[in-house]
Amino acid sequence: MGLTRRTFDAVIVGGGGAGLRAALELARADLKVAVLSKVFPTRSHTVAAQGGVAAALGNSEEDNWHWHMYDTVKGSDYLGDQDAIEFMCRAAPEVVYELEHFGMPFDRLSDGRIYQRPFGGHMQAYGMNPVQRACAAADRTGHAMLHTLYQANVKAHTQFFVEWMALDLIRDREGDVLGVVAMEIETGEVMIFQARATLLATGGAARIFASSTNAFINTGDGLGMVARAGVPLQDMEFFQFHPTGVYGAGVLITEGVRGEGGYLLNKNGERFMERYAPNAKDLASRDVVSRAMATEIKEGRGAGKDGDYILLKLDHLGADVINKRLPGIREISIKFANADPIKEPIPVVPTAHYMMGGIPSNYRGQVVAPRGGNPEEVVRGLHAAGECACVSVHGANRLGCNSLLDLLVFGRAAARQIIDDLRSSPQARKDLPPDAGEMTLARLARLDSQKNGERVADVSAEMRRIMQHHCGVFRFPDLLVEGVKKIKETAARAARTEIQDKSKTFNTARVEALEFDNLVETAVASLISAEARKESRGSHDRADFPKRDDANWLKHTLYYKEGHRLEYKPVHTKPLTVEPFAPKARVY
Amino acid sequence: MRFSIYRYNPEIDEKPYMQDYDIELEPTDRMLLDALVRIKAQDDTFAFRRSCREGVCGSDAMNINGKNGLACITRLSEVREPVVIRPLPGLPVIRDLIVDMSQFFKQYHSIKPYLINDDPPPEGERLQSPEDREELDGLYECILCACCSTACPTFWWHPDKFVGPAGLLQAYRFIADSRDQAINERLDNLEDPYRLFRCYSIMNCVDVCPKGLNPTRAIGKIKDLMLKRML
Repeated sequence: MGLTRRTFDAVIVGGGGAGLRAALELARADLKVAVLSKVFPTRSHTVAAQGGVAAALGNSEEDNWHWHMYDTVKGSDYLGDQDAIEFMCRAAPEVVYELEHFGMPFDRLSDGRIYQRPFGGHMQAYGMNPVQRACAAADRTGHAMLHTLYQANVKAHTQFFVEWMALDLIRDREGDVLGVVAMEIETGEVMIFQARATLLATGGAARIFASSTNAFINTGDGLGMVARAGVPLQDMEFFQFHPTGVYGAGVLITEGVRGEGGYLLNKNGERFMERYAPNAKDLASRDVVSRAMATEIKEGRGAGKDGDYILLKLDHLGADVINKRLPGIREISIKFANADPIKEPIPVVPTAHYMMGGIPSNYRGQVVAPRGGNPEEVVRGLHAAGECACVSVHGANRLGCNSLLDLLVFGRAAARQIIDDLRSSPQARKDLPPDAGEMTLARLARLDSQKNGERVADVSAEMRRIMQHHCGVFRFPDLLVEGVKKIKETAARAARTEIQDKSKTFNTARVEALEFDNLVETAVASLISAEARKESRGSHDRADFPKRDDANWLKHTLYYKEGHRLEYKPVHTKPLTVEPFAPKARVY
Repeated sequence: MRFSIYRYNPEIDEKPYMQDYDIELEPTDRMLLDALVRIKAQDDTFAFRRSCREGVCGSDAMNINGKNGLACITRLSEVREPVVIRPLPGLPVIRDLIVDMSQFFKQYHSIKPYLINDDPPPEGERLQSPEDREELDGLYECILCACCSTACPTFWWHPDKFVGPAGLLQAYRFIADSRDQAINERLDNLEDPYRLFRCYSIMNCVDVCPKGLNPTRAIGKIKDLMLKRML
């Protein structure tokens, strides 16, 4: 069956920060590029980032990229690849200045330079004291950034395919990726986008959890596509729980609140972070703060009638600072918590937020997988950037503001690699395999003809419950083992979901069913990887193995969908030019 | 809780109709979007857009009891029953609550929504005083949800000719940016009987903006600049 085919130099899947930064670079290189996005680009989840983008500009106080690198390595609990981390921290000032030149409305200091605020885990002089490194546009940095990048792409005449959902990769016998199969949501039409380079920039997948800061669209589409194409997923046990999601709603409250001087209180009014992180206190890294909060709640010091939340106090900052620096937070708190932070604290709980793991890639944005004895052989034609990629710069725990930095640096780097590849071999366009698109059409046909299946809403609710209960902030051996069994059962149920709506026009039931296929791949990978890692590191905290175990576990996990197989590969402990930071006890 | 929702699937329905739903809500359902998600779990043929569920992505704009707003930040406790929900007015309906926003985005794109500055950029940031930066407050926060433009009678009548409040707010966002060098070009671009001057300050836009922005004021400022330029 012949699907319509369109050919491009490059196809980018995802119109968030990483996809747009890459698209801009490619459009400026006069390449023929298609950007596919499930939603109008400014609706992508980058829009919800609040606090800032990290770069050692030193606008307010002394700072340098090497300190930033140290903080990121330490924050990653030494699982981050030091070559990639060096690359990112060195490039940070340049990509932030570029963004400013595109028109980003950063807040300003009185001398006209970019305003920077302190953020969790960002310190001066190798962990000494908090430093102002988060470049901010009030508490709407992601919104300002995403709109700026979209606007720059409008100027560069980037070609967008809005409300198109990519469904599967096209991979030939040699393992080369030759494009994607995608569906236009408005018409239901399925088409092949053939391209010499395919860049996945599909964002995160924290929607696998019941309580999440993430948007509905964060369904791990790139991860599902990659897993189905036989490429492994890396470090999927590491999901970040953000300390401050609004109690009951999950909506994010930026760490910038604590950066501006807010702090956490238990029900006794005690500023408990002083006990857990005597130096950095409320600005310790997120895994540390989330665990401290969960411990306070577990030990009966949570606030509220059920003792199940923590208070985030910021009224002492005064109405002026709150209205100027944190206006979005005030809006969210009033709307979702019925609390005006000018007068009263915000009820918060640790909430699933960010996926440190993802599609294994290097710092040039090339996807890599084991082959012929090389643990990191390039998968030709396939690239990844942003949250869906595991470079790995975040290792076992990401620092705040390093995500917006990640998507700028690696969106740009991936695009530059694509430009180099296309210029160095301008002629090479491979033929599509004869069965291109067949797997996707089979998936769609299965969904349309399913009888006596289960509703997507029911099975996905079950997945979210399992992940929340079995794979949360604290992890227990029996719960993990049981969770693996349950999530495999749920995955089997996902293979027979049924939708009532069979129409072509803007069929969101079909979209949600296809998204769920991707979510469930992500969830299975996470639980299996988590059960297998017998140590505690960064966001992965096991009751039975409470310590980090560098002798046995300083390595990256690789999960393969086929047979739920796990492999491991070494961490890049050697930076590009500087001396390595050797693992040591992590104290804040 | 009772809802009356606009339904239309062009493949099946000859014309649109209102469908009633009576839904049992959970205590955790606080916003209208929570209720719509619950309706969809029961009836997956019901289609609407949504994403961030916190009022920042602009996906779930719709007409709620006669007024445009975002479902995700509309409290269920503050809407009267039955809640009558229709697609945004004035744009072609694709299906149910999903409208074709092409015309809206075309107008947005027409104002050149990007910084124009042809000087070679410095190595660091372009400097901007906090006061100059403050000029952008109340402008850059727009989420392009289209609540304002689709509440504007002029936009209903002339969607192809009148830029609309959202586009004009963004036009002023760049005019007001001390880093932008194209003020004259931007004003020329709006000097037309329709593009700007068809705004009659009805202020529906201000009334419905879910982010509390004021397009009418921005439009007034553009008009002032035009006047100043003429003199």
